Amino acid sequence: MAERKVLLERYDVPNIWELDVYRRHGGYATLDGLFAKSPTDWVEEVKASGLCGRGGAGFPTGVKWSFLAKGTGKPTYLVVNADESEPGTCHDRRLLERLPHQLIEGIINTCYAIDAHEAYVYIRGEYLEPYQRLVQAIREAEAAGLLGKTVAGQDFPLRIVVHRGAGAYICGEETALLSSQEGDKGQPRQKPPFPAVAGLYAAPTIVNNVQTISTIPHIVRHGAAWFAGINLAPESKSPGPRILSVSGHVQRPGIYEVETGTPFEELLYGLCGGIRGGHDLKSVIPGGSSMPMLPKDVILQTDTSFESIRKAGSQPGSGAVIVMDETTDIPTVVWRISRFYAHESCGKCTPCREGNPWSVKLLRRFVDGTARAEDLRILVEVAEAMEKNSFCPLGIAAAWATQGALKHFRHEFEARISHASAIAAGD
Amino acid sequence: MPVLSDATRASIREAAGQYPPGRQKSAVMPALYLAQDDAGHLNPEVLREVAELLRLAPVHVAAVATFYTMFEKAPHGKHIIDVCTCVSCQLLGGYDILAHLERRLGIKPGETTPDGRFTLREQECLGSCASAPVLQVGYRFHEELTTVKVDALIDELLQEGADG
Repeated sequence: MAERKVLLERYDVPNIWELDVYRRHGGYATLDGLFAKSPTDWVEEVKASGLCGRGGAGFPTGVKWSFLAKGTGKPTYLVVNADESEPGTCHDRRLLERLPHQLIEGIINTCYAIDAHEAYVYIRGEYLEPYQRLVQAIREAEAAGLLGKTVAGQDFPLRIVVHRGAGAYICGEETALLSSQEGDKGQPRQKPPFPAVAGLYAAPTIVNNVQTISTIPHIVRHGAAWFAGINLAPESKSPGPRILSVSGHVQRPGIYEVETGTPFEELLYGLCGGIRGGHDLKSVIPGGSSMPMLPKDVILQTDTSFESIRKAGSQPGSGAVIVMDETTDIPTVVWRISRFYAHESCGKCTPCREGNPWSVKLLRRFVDGTARAEDLRILVEVAEAMEKNSFCPLGIAAAWATQGALKHFRHEFEARISHASAIAAGD
Repeated sequence: MPVLSDATRASIREAAGQYPPGRQKSAVMPALYLAQDDAGHLNPEVLREVAELLRLAPVHVAAVATFYTMFEKAPHGKHIIDVCTCVSCQLLGGYDILAHLERRLGIKPGETTPDGRFTLREQECLGSCASAPVLQVGYRFHEELTTVKVDALIDELLQEGADG
């Protein structure tokens, strides 16, 4: 099976990040028909396409747009979430580096649909090169009259400001991102109110991920029915092409754009060339490091549709597929994942701030083989407390990583319980 | 007596102008980046000056600066080497790369070489998972690393120092 390249169709065109090259390859063609329809028509079109957000939560994009508060007397903002930080995820970076104009075209399309005249792109700080590419592309678009007081000669002003993050995973959570952009510490806010009602500067705001916005021009150009038809899984309500970052123990790691419903077996053994060095597959995390891992026999019965991944007991998340072969020590992997969340906890709520470091300490004992019998029970309890009581998805999903490993690979943890260490109490 | 150059102070004011009227607080992160580029790291004097330029409480600017890992609060070497050891890099030898650099540079993560050339750090996911293992030098990516590639990179950086 081949990839289904839509967003990545022009990826390999030399210098595609330059305006002239992008235009020669059909770039900005959507601006010809965009203004002929009303903004509401476009919201309906995106709703009808079935596009679900690509960032992690998977919420239907058009439905989100339709929640925008009207008649508030305040401006409406679009904020593009380019704070790609979920371990395993690296495709938005490539979209920003190589196809910044596709994103800008999507921003123009979206801003017209939601009647916004100011858009912000919040990009993770470590993405210095993608940031520079994007800023350069915006300058080119401004000089060409595609942004500014008018867009392509239409009475529609639009400005894009790029805001650099500075190394905080939590800012990928939309309300933390808004706090950060407002100049505060990036900590999440209570929802409701949702950003569509009171977001950036307490004004109605749509926060969408880079890949989601980069998809919009293709829906504008080819229509909702075309997009909805890109779906191999008849029961799936999350159609379209989706870019997955495949990392870990495959022959050919990379970013792959596949049709919804592509079996993982075809992705891993076809597109990615199978497992490295003739090894056997052990486990796959299908949606970024905080999603529950699935063992070989389950993942090979699963496809990439949101519904199939959920049915298998995990989540599609950020689309980061992390592959582990038979040589992988699961407690060591989970310890490292847990350390990430401990480092990135923003400190706002106790279950996440305290639970993550506690999990790391416990997991380290399983790595070292010094775990006490009760450590497994405590690990389960801490994860449950985090899942049930954390303020935002960071703490909740951090627990999922541990829970997924314990569900399928509990024996690996049990094998590390040291009876000698049980005597040396206290630690 | 300002610590920051006139050019930096002007750039900070300009950054504040990117945001809607009355929202100059949004400029705190761009301002901290500009100040850091100028002063090398964000000491209390620099933070106070940023606060003054943006008319913010110094404690607020300090709170923001300490929340984010990319704002340097202490002096560091000429080249900051950030090695990713997070899960995708871990699976493909990120810790071996880090250990190799520790031996080569003779320092532990978080330390700076006595000649002030290199600061070594262990990092969380850098977003280059499909090209693992990776590191960044001054936020420029170096991907699909091997110990041979790492040695060549260090040699190159040392050469750069010798030329400069």
